[in-house]
Amino acid sequence: MIPELGNFALILALLLAAVQAFFGIAGPALGRERWIAAVTPAVAGQFVMVATSMGCLVASFVANDFSVLYVAHNSNSALPLFYRIAGVWGAHSGSLLLWIFLLNCWTVAAAFGTARLPREFSARVMGVLGTVSLGFLLYTVITSDPFLRVIPPWPDGAGLNPILQDPGLAIHPPMLYTGYVGLSVAFAFAGAALLEGKLDREWARWARPWTTAAWAFLTCGIALGSWWAYYTLGWGGFWFWDPVENASFMPWLMATALIHSLAVTEKRGLFKSWTLLLAVLAFSLSLVGTFLVRSGVLISVHSFVASPGRGEFLLTFLIIMIGAALALYAWRAPMLKSESGFELTARESFLLFNNILLVTACGTVFAGEIAPIVSLALGLGKLSVGPPYFDPTFLMSMLPLLALLPLGIHARWKRGGLGGRGRILLIALAAAAVIGCAVAFGVFTGAGVLSPVGMTLGAWIIISSLIEPIDRLRRRISMSRSVLGMTIAHIGLGIFVFAITAVQAFTAEQDVALRSGMIARDGGYTFQFQGTEAVHGPNYGGVKARIIVTRNGKPVTVMYPAKRTYWVQHIVTTHSAIFINDGSNILVALGQDLGNGRWSFRLQVRPLVLYIWIAALIMAGGGLLALTDKRYRIEPSSAEEAAKALSAGGRTP
Amino acid sequence: MRRLSPPRTMLLVALALLVAPIAHAIAPTRMPTPALQARYERLIHGFRCMQCQDESLANSPVSLAADMRRQIRQMLLAGDSDRQIRHFFVSRYGYFILFKPPFVLKTAWLWLAPGVLLVTGAVSAGWVIRRRAALAAADENDEDVPGEDGVASPGKHTR
Repeated sequence: MIPELGNFALILALLLAAVQAFFGIAGPALGRERWIAAVTPAVAGQFVMVATSMGCLVASFVANDFSVLYVAHNSNSALPLFYRIAGVWGAHSGSLLLWIFLLNCWTVAAAFGTARLPREFSARVMGVLGTVSLGFLLYTVITSDPFLRVIPPWPDGAGLNPILQDPGLAIHPPMLYTGYVGLSVAFAFAGAALLEGKLDREWARWARPWTTAAWAFLTCGIALGSWWAYYTLGWGGFWFWDPVENASFMPWLMATALIHSLAVTEKRGLFKSWTLLLAVLAFSLSLVGTFLVRSGVLISVHSFVASPGRGEFLLTFLIIMIGAALALYAWRAPMLKSESGFELTARESFLLFNNILLVTACGTVFAGEIAPIVSLALGLGKLSVGPPYFDPTFLMSMLPLLALLPLGIHARWKRGGLGGRGRILLIALAAAAVIGCAVAFGVFTGAGVLSPVGMTLGAWIIISSLIEPIDRLRRRISMSRSVLGMTIAHIGLGIFVFAITAVQAFTAEQDVALRSGMIARDGGYTFQFQGTEAVHGPNYGGVKARIIVTRNGKPVTVMYPAKRTYWVQHIVTTHSAIFINDGSNILVALGQDLGNGRWSFRLQVRPLVLYIWIAALIMAGGGLLALTDKRYRIEPSSAEEAAKALSAGGRTP
Repeated sequence: MRRLSPPRTMLLVALALLVAPIAHAIAPTRMPTPALQARYERLIHGFRCMQCQDESLANSPVSLAADMRRQIRQMLLAGDSDRQIRHFFVSRYGYFILFKPPFVLKTAWLWLAPGVLLVTGAVSAGWVIRRRAALAAADENDEDVPGEDGVASPGKHTR
């Protein structure tokens, strides 16, 4: 009964999405007040229906209803409750439902957020969001119904993919999806502006907090995925330019560009059509990312939801959606002109460079992402594109970006110049260079050319970001939350650059084979293997090794790297042991049983690696702080007050 | 959930290791000289494991990867160059095995794309800035545009 209810709710949601899309777009276009008035109830109704559907799927998982095929495939009676719920997004159909659910959450939030904006504009935003929702609901209902029954019911489920049975990965998809889907709001704002044929600085002020919010979630989602890869994939890597990683990284790069372009549009009324294009591209890339991951055309360590065949529908939807948006753009964008100017050294120029470099980086990643597909089409056979391509080409656009950042944040709008900050920026650069070289050559050894450069850039970004807040403190001028948020996010980036440089250059890593009692040395630490023991979990068994870590004869810690075997799927997962000492992460991963009591291990000592994820959280935190700025709070408009006064005076029938 | 006895557990673990290896930390290889060791490490990081999802030989525990590592080791010890070793594997498995795509006619676009993008971007930026600077020069209104939150930056106006 419950699954049928869920299915029914999903179909009702589909109909309501169609209502929302049609009235939201046609209402304002034809100036029909009553059509516009129908949009908000449709949004509310769709949300209730999708939430019901989601609730029904969760209920089926919690109740171990193995007569539902999707539950039978992705859950098991031995699975703990937390992972039964995570099982909802453990495979294709359920993660689509999650996608739609999150889209509806964003839509409702946007409905509240735009309630005080002009009614036509708000309706158009809802109309575009309804169109997106309609496409995904159609996709789900037609090709991927999660409520399909199986007769007879399975006695027990096949169990959740073990790689998902980890707290990090269980919350990673919802977080990442929240970011992906959040970009649809920025897209809907762009769509509404294009439909209206009008875009002013006010529009940018409305769109900014939504973009920043989506960006912050995307940042957290990517960081979580990378943390998960670091400690479960068993080789201590955190970024492999894997197709799935790239699929989430491309929208992030675009969203980052969009945030900066929106700043110019709000402040100076410039880059209008460019901002719209970025909003369209950022969301399109999140759709393309979903498609690439779903369709199984790419090979990835992260792909747990590949379902070839279903890709075609998504591809068609993608082409219609993106095609329509770009066509609308090509038609309307030339109307958006502005005649303001700025000098070469103005803030606007630096933000333009920022955008060009970020888009170049994104294009580079995109080229690498689709190269295997293009290669097949060209008859070259399968092709791999890995770090040897991405590392240098990505750095090519990132290094100038990082070098220009400290100048950009101090450059003045319009007339340009550094406003007398040139000297202090030079001093900051000198200090950063001293720190960078000291750390690269003093604290660590064996630094290459890039590590002092990377560390200097990281330190320069941090120091130069601090100039403004310190100056404001001295002059006793308060700082708005948006400026503070920006400053924090930039400091986060500086820390990130510094940390990733250290990690890339100074990781000590080796694979060793040890018999009980034997020791190995790595990165200044001594590791003694003390044998293995069995471990028992609710739905897995496994083995863990005991490793005593010492440095200079002093005990540091005892580590228990483990491997689990999940009974149901017969899949082994690695659970590396990680210990943080003096800012370095010590990682021990248990390898293979080599026979005769010998086991292989990977030992890895990575300085500052933890700060990569901390820095990502700082960046996201800065973004979230910025969007609470009171500038983005929309005051009741005069039109609304007039309407209130009118309704107080008695409504005409 | 019934508990399994430790020997049975170990047996299952061993079985599972045989059938579904996604675990890592490979058995180590020692080369006679540090130079050879470095070349060996670089080579195994550059080849894809042909049996895994998306991992290098350096991180793959499957037996095929172990065989390939052994092959690389033997070829290195026999004095083959990196180029010869790469050629050996590419002739058997195709370009797919290399994480670094080759620079050939049909992949040239991939290697040229970043540069072309950057140059296009730089040229358009130059064009936009020239146009905007001309507009700024024509603009009589010389008042300062305040910073992000309405606070003007300190110091003199520099032009």
